[in-house]
Amino acid sequence: MELKTIKNYIPLFATIFVFILIYTMGAMLYDNFLSLRVFLNLFLDNAFVGVIAVGMTFVILSGGIDLSVGSVVAFVCILSAKLLEVYQINPFLVVLVCLLFGVFLGTVMGAVIHFFAVPDFLVTLVGMFLCRGLAYMVDLQSIPIRDELFLAVNTMGINFGGGVNFRLISIIFIMVWAAGVYVSHYTRFGRNIYALGGDVVSANLMGIPIGKTRILVYTMSSTLAALGGLLYAVYTLSGYAAAAQGLELDAIAAVVIGGTLLTGGVGFVEGTMVGVLILGLIQTFISFQGTLSSWWTNIIIGLLIFSFILLQRFLSLRSDTDQK
Amino acid sequence: MNIKKPVLCCTSITKFFSGVIALDKVNFNLFPGEIHGLLGENGAGKSTLIKCLTGVYLPDHGDIYYEGKRVVFAAPSEARNRGISTVYQEINLIQTLSVAENIFAGRQPLSKGRINWKKINERSRELLAMLDLDIDVTALLSEYSTAVQQMVAIARSLDISAKVLILDEPTSSLDEDEAHMLFNVIRKLRNEGMAIVFISHFLDQVLELCDTLTILRNGESVGEYRANEISKHELIIKMLGKKLAAFENRVAELNSSDESKKDVFYSVRSMSRRKSMKHFDLDLKKGEVLGLAGLLGSGRTEIARLLFGIDKPHSGNTVIKGVSGSVLSPKNAVRHSFGYCPEDRKLEGLIPCLTIRENIVLALQVKKGLLKYISLKKQRKIAEKFMQLVSIKAPSCEENVSRLSGGNQQKVIIARWLAANPEFLILDEPTRGIDVGAKFEIQKLILKFRDLGMSILFISSELDELVRCCDRVAVLRDRKKITEYTGRSLCSEKIMATIAHVTSEAEDGNLL
Amino acid sequence: MRKIISNEEFKRVLGPLAAFLLIMMFNMFFTPGFFNMQIKNGHLFGSFVDIFNRGAPVMIVAIGMTLVYATGGIDLSVGSIMAISGAVAAYMIRPDYTKGVIEYGTLPPLFAVILIPLLVAGLLGLWNGILVAYLKIQPIIATLILMVAGRGIAQLITQGQIITFEYPEFQFLGSGFLLGLPVSVILVIVMLVLVNFLTRKTALGIFIESVGSNPTASFYLGINSRVIKLFSYLFCGICAGLAGLIVTADIKGADANNCGLWYELDAIASVIIGGTVWGGRFTLFGTLLGAIIIQSITTTILSRGVAPEQILVFKAIVVMAVTLVQSSNMRKMIVDSVFVANRKTDKTVNKGLN
Repeated sequence: MELKTIKNYIPLFATIFVFILIYTMGAMLYDNFLSLRVFLNLFLDNAFVGVIAVGMTFVILSGGIDLSVGSVVAFVCILSAKLLEVYQINPFLVVLVCLLFGVFLGTVMGAVIHFFAVPDFLVTLVGMFLCRGLAYMVDLQSIPIRDELFLAVNTMGINFGGGVNFRLISIIFIMVWAAGVYVSHYTRFGRNIYALGGDVVSANLMGIPIGKTRILVYTMSSTLAALGGLLYAVYTLSGYAAAAQGLELDAIAAVVIGGTLLTGGVGFVEGTMVGVLILGLIQTFISFQGTLSSWWTNIIIGLLIFSFILLQRFLSLRSDTDQK
Repeated sequence: MNIKKPVLCCTSITKFFSGVIALDKVNFNLFPGEIHGLLGENGAGKSTLIKCLTGVYLPDHGDIYYEGKRVVFAAPSEARNRGISTVYQEINLIQTLSVAENIFAGRQPLSKGRINWKKINERSRELLAMLDLDIDVTALLSEYSTAVQQMVAIARSLDISAKVLILDEPTSSLDEDEAHMLFNVIRKLRNEGMAIVFISHFLDQVLELCDTLTILRNGESVGEYRANEISKHELIIKMLGKKLAAFENRVAELNSSDESKKDVFYSVRSMSRRKSMKHFDLDLKKGEVLGLAGLLGSGRTEIARLLFGIDKPHSGNTVIKGVSGSVLSPKNAVRHSFGYCPEDRKLEGLIPCLTIRENIVLALQVKKGLLKYISLKKQRKIAEKFMQLVSIKAPSCEENVSRLSGGNQQKVIIARWLAANPEFLILDEPTRGIDVGAKFEIQKLILKFRDLGMSILFISSELDELVRCCDRVAVLRDRKKITEYTGRSLCSEKIMATIAHVTSEAEDGNLL
Repeated sequence: MRKIISNEEFKRVLGPLAAFLLIMMFNMFFTPGFFNMQIKNGHLFGSFVDIFNRGAPVMIVAIGMTLVYATGGIDLSVGSIMAISGAVAAYMIRPDYTKGVIEYGTLPPLFAVILIPLLVAGLLGLWNGILVAYLKIQPIIATLILMVAGRGIAQLITQGQIITFEYPEFQFLGSGFLLGLPVSVILVIVMLVLVNFLTRKTALGIFIESVGSNPTASFYLGINSRVIKLFSYLFCGICAGLAGLIVTADIKGADANNCGLWYELDAIASVIIGGTVWGGRFTLFGTLLGAIIIQSITTTILSRGVAPEQILVFKAIVVMAVTLVQSSNMRKMIVDSVFVANRKTDKTVNKGLN
């Protein structure tokens, strides 16, 4: 991959620039901002968002959208807690059941989108309803998790000394991201997603299996959302049906900020990592600042999405006039 | 030749589209080592035939045989995997991917389970070198011109071990040198034993390149010919389906002295648009039908779009009713009392979710504006009046338009504009794909409204129709207006000769 | 009935109407006292009336959503706009509450407390409209921005607190009664009549449907699709604003966290159940029925002792079922079979002519 096609990279460069800008600002304003612990915590605190954002990147690259991920996290999170603590089921089995649920849900949603030509936002909106409702059916109350495996995974990590710990949760996130990068560049499935998002009609005529690709994209997204739910359960060591409200928006924000075009076909899984880190950085910044209230996070994220979309529009408008 | 077995053949292929027949019992034989030209006007069924052969559409009747065996291709990928590759007219590549990836999308070479980008780029360079093209294959496809993109599309199909290569209008965006470069490649492939289907509306190119020709008209096969045994003129006659009797049937009997007296309603001087239409002058007169004749891609629809303000001209002056000014947008055109029945009624004309009544009153309502709502009672009255006038066959005006047949849908769109009482009406192929009865009714309507003082621009591929309905016909060729015929000089032979660019032969009169 | 809605529209809403009657019948047999109505102090009370009363905000939002949906768009920000409008109203009544001042200042006039939040909501709708119609951003993403940021803005106004207030004239909007009917229900009727007039007594309705159904053809007809889209988002914003005021007035407090939460989903569900097509025909009467169905499901299930949060599952199943029945692929099968019949009749007619 040579860096010849600069245009596709402009949003990514902008993202990296924003990341460095916020980081520098933080470093200049606050003493401990530049510490290794703060940096590593970015990966820990945003691991579940990151895992979901990787799946969302593929969905958006394929020209679709998945609004159900937040609710899937909540459902998996409460389901795993209930199975572990109330029914005392083997934790490995619980993990398997949760992941299989993701596979099942995603495949069904993808199939409905593809075969019945129902708009993607509608199907995944229904998925969002359904999973949130199912989560409340599992339990209305929060359930603390005391399972030994989950506890162990929570604390496991590479110790850097001085209380700085690179936790397994972060490592899982980075591994998922790396796998996503690999899939997006080096597998036919990954490249087919780009083709699908670039131009469905052409992709079909070029003999690319669009049905299979589209369904698998949603399967992947829901499965990663289920994994995100498990990470969330491990991270918070509790299950709660009202958890992860609006998480789908954070994931979409991370993808957009990461330089992926909402129209599909253009973008990089690499950028999503930067997008996730920017989201995390904004939260860190606000917590360092102390007086800024939490709602500023939402407003700033909204503004960021808006400016990145504007940048995308501007770039695509310019290329339109180029062709004329 | 007869000893050879056809690599691909089909027998009595029939295909319907929502009730309208697009292919009617078409037979087609393709032999290895030949270049087979497929000819026909717009809507003759060329693209449909190709799409049936390559698994994009499933034919309603008929069989396809490939390498001697009966096959059913359920998807384009199946045909492609068996060695039939197609390069479509609209470049079906993905703009957001690199050139190399476009060539290998869906079948990237793998090494140890991962895509080998180095190999992709190298192979792409080699393939493009075969077409004498030396470009950066890692750059985005969208960075290159249409001609280069066309070459990339061909390179893509070359890489598959194809036995059959179908080229659908491959030269429409290439200049002469590029086209000849392409021809050399095609000939080379033919000599290597590949069977090639070549579709083009450039007849010279077809005659130069092809060994065999199949001509389609209105979804039927006219016949198969050896390219060296047929003249260009005969070819055009067969494509356009000219009948000799048509001359006598001419409905629009003219008085040539009347001609000059008619008021000019809308006049255009040296209008042009890059890549769409070269400079042309046109006068549209009240109470006159002006026909536009020319082959597909000659600029017929382009003129209509320019006149109606859909495309903006890059140069030119316009005078409307004696006042100079320009038509900036369709909205503006509607204000000037223009109407436009577009070529593609499904995509550009009908509002599928509305009833017949609403579709008919829509143009009038737009003209009146948002607030001056036409009452339901009045709407019904208008709809019923115009349904009767253009004889739309439907149980009531409250029927949903999407349930109507093609001919009736077309009439709804004509009724829509008639209801708005336009002074100038553009009809782009209003009779294509509809049955004979409806065709005749539409032709009568055109003349009726001409007599009421309307100015009409009539675009059609059927010369008979033009000759019968028009007072004047402008002939287009290669995006240029060549000439106009009126009065006694207006006959299909002359138009045809102008289209075919063979003036001397036409004067002889022994055409058939 | 026939004069209020056309025959075609009547046919369209037959499905939801049947569903509604089914739910009502279920309640007649299995929910004791469901249809009991009492008149207390000249006001109508009872479970059945409650459906309309509680469903009023969703109905109003759904009316606005119907127009947006018919243009081929969607508005996810309605919940946030509700929160903002409620927050603005509460802030106007008690501007210093967030600074810990318990005393009220001079109360602003009622019309200002109603109009200024509506104006703000209208501006937010306009913002959505500009993003969709002029910047050509996909509706789902364009309105997502305000969905995220909007709740933040509402929290900014209330400083994360729940601003409670006493302002009887304003509370009247949420819990008052007029002519024996809840004011919120009367507002629904007023909005319905107003929108029906706007869309069916001017050409707005048919233009909205044209733009949604076939943008290219509409452009060739000279319809200004941008203005049509802009208007529908603007109007949807105002509807959400009004709904926000009703909710806020009802609970006598602005809760930026929960005001309007999940409303976008209920509104979209109402529109879909009502039979409005995405980018095409819309029916306000159907939407109203859709909202009533959603609310009756909620009320019915609640009366069976199910937690309110779990109702989402039932709503999801209903919406999915309705969407699948309406899906274009399924409809295509139906239309195709009709076409075959049409073709036959066409041919015979032509033979007669020739």
